[in-house]
Amino acid sequence: MAILKTEELTYVYSQGTPFEKTAVDHVSLEIEKGEFVGVIGHTGSGKSTLIQHFNGLLKPTSGKIYLDGEDIWADKTKIRQVRFKVGLVFQYPEYQIFEDTVYKDIAFGPKNMKLSENEIDGRVRRTAVSVGLTEDILNKSPFELSGGQKRRVAIAGVMAMEPEVLILDEPTAGLDPKGRDMILSQISHYHKTTGCTVLLVSHSMEDVAKFASKILVMNDSKVFCYDKTAEVFKRTEEISSMGLSVPQIARVFNILKNKGLSFDEEVYTVKYAKELIIRELKKRGKI
Amino acid sequence: MIKDITLGQYFPGDSTVHRLDPRFKIVISGIFIAMLFIGDHVICLEIGAIFVAMALILSLIPIKMIIKSIRPIIPILLFTSVFNLFFISGGMPLFEWKFIKITDAAVHTTIFMIVRIILLIAGTSLLTYTTSPIALTDAIERLLSPLKKIKVPVHDLAMMMTIALRFIPTLIEETDKIISAQKARGVDLDGSKLMDKVKAIVPIIIPLFVSAVRRASELATAMECRCYRGGEGRTKMRQLKSSIADYVSLGIAILFMASVIFINVLN
Repeated sequence: MAILKTEELTYVYSQGTPFEKTAVDHVSLEIEKGEFVGVIGHTGSGKSTLIQHFNGLLKPTSGKIYLDGEDIWADKTKIRQVRFKVGLVFQYPEYQIFEDTVYKDIAFGPKNMKLSENEIDGRVRRTAVSVGLTEDILNKSPFELSGGQKRRVAIAGVMAMEPEVLILDEPTAGLDPKGRDMILSQISHYHKTTGCTVLLVSHSMEDVAKFASKILVMNDSKVFCYDKTAEVFKRTEEISSMGLSVPQIARVFNILKNKGLSFDEEVYTVKYAKELIIRELKKRGKI
Repeated sequence: MIKDITLGQYFPGDSTVHRLDPRFKIVISGIFIAMLFIGDHVICLEIGAIFVAMALILSLIPIKMIIKSIRPIIPILLFTSVFNLFFISGGMPLFEWKFIKITDAAVHTTIFMIVRIILLIAGTSLLTYTTSPIALTDAIERLLSPLKKIKVPVHDLAMMMTIALRFIPTLIEETDKIISAQKARGVDLDGSKLMDKVKAIVPIIIPLFVSAVRRASELATAMECRCYRGGEGRTKMRQLKSSIADYVSLGIAILFMASVIFINVLN
């Protein structure tokens, strides 16, 4: 059964003023449990607005959202419980850090859940390890850390709540390639070990291609497509015409295809491309 | 949401009032405020009301926006009215019960005060609705420029105001984001207990301060990189120009003011 489901979800900003803008336009979606979904779209395509509906931060102008089959707005007083089940890591999450030690900041979410001291301690240490923070950092002030480390502290703060659905809005924005790869592989590892559902928002296909099992493409406040990663990459040309960058390797293979060298499957990761090329060369007896 | 706060928000448009020279608009607002507080006869307030109504009609600003800007001061109005009603003595008592006494003078003063404040807010919010913050500070700089002679750093003050105004929407947006982020971590802002609400402020205020300081230092660096060195020798991209409409409206304002003074003298 779908863990998250939306029905004709619509959200209009500043309704009734000259600044009125429809950010999400009749979106109907079903996200299966345990899936790793990449959400991509251009700046202003409505992806950030959409995900803020999933944990009840924004109330839809019209339409419904179901979590585990239950309408999240059916009982307003339970909206906090929804936020514990659906963890949301905002863009540049390091700006939400406020405690005087890293440990306390990661513990902030679990504390709000009113868990026992023991449970909180266990969770803080576990998530710190899973985002690659060492024991000695836990007692430091988060404001002394580097940008990349702060980012990981902030992500750990949401992971420690152990949500069933973890949503990350551009978790790699502004990081160097090394930091980016590290955070992405840690998120992927977290997904595999806990089996939770992950939604990774990005404007770069490159980021999501490696890990996502399904991709949701948003364009102009609407869902452009929501399908398995390989299926989405069959439409590379349409996607690039929307101004989204397609992974370099997919572009290379697209050119190869135009030159007459086509493969049965879509190629969007370097690892897979390497395997394919070796296989092809072997077949032709070149190596 | 916090974003909906209207305080000093510019309402874009192209009406007669929008196009007036901001310098004249500030002077006219000054005259208008003086007019409200000098007049101590009912007719004076009526003149003030007519003035606001005229400006409102010409500005094409929806009346809804004006009501929205008055709404936040209603508690203050109620509070001061209660004080005025019970504590002003003198005049004929209208109502007496044990130690409570309400006199006609108190009722008179209270009504005057309420009408004055409402007109004041309506009039001055029209100024900020029809004038962009940049134009406003530009005009203030020009109006205050004679003070440069006595070594008042007018340009620096105007620049500070411009920056402060410029960052209000940014900081509001930032606050909204931080509130959302902390709500996502389970902060209970809608809780009923006062203690919970106070506790919820800390995770919002601290990141906001940190980011304001960070932004300030980034802006200072950026300004230094572009060799900013104050107002000396700086020219303006948008020159303020006054037209006939400006003089006409100033004339009308002075006329209104004169009639208020005249009525005062008559009484």
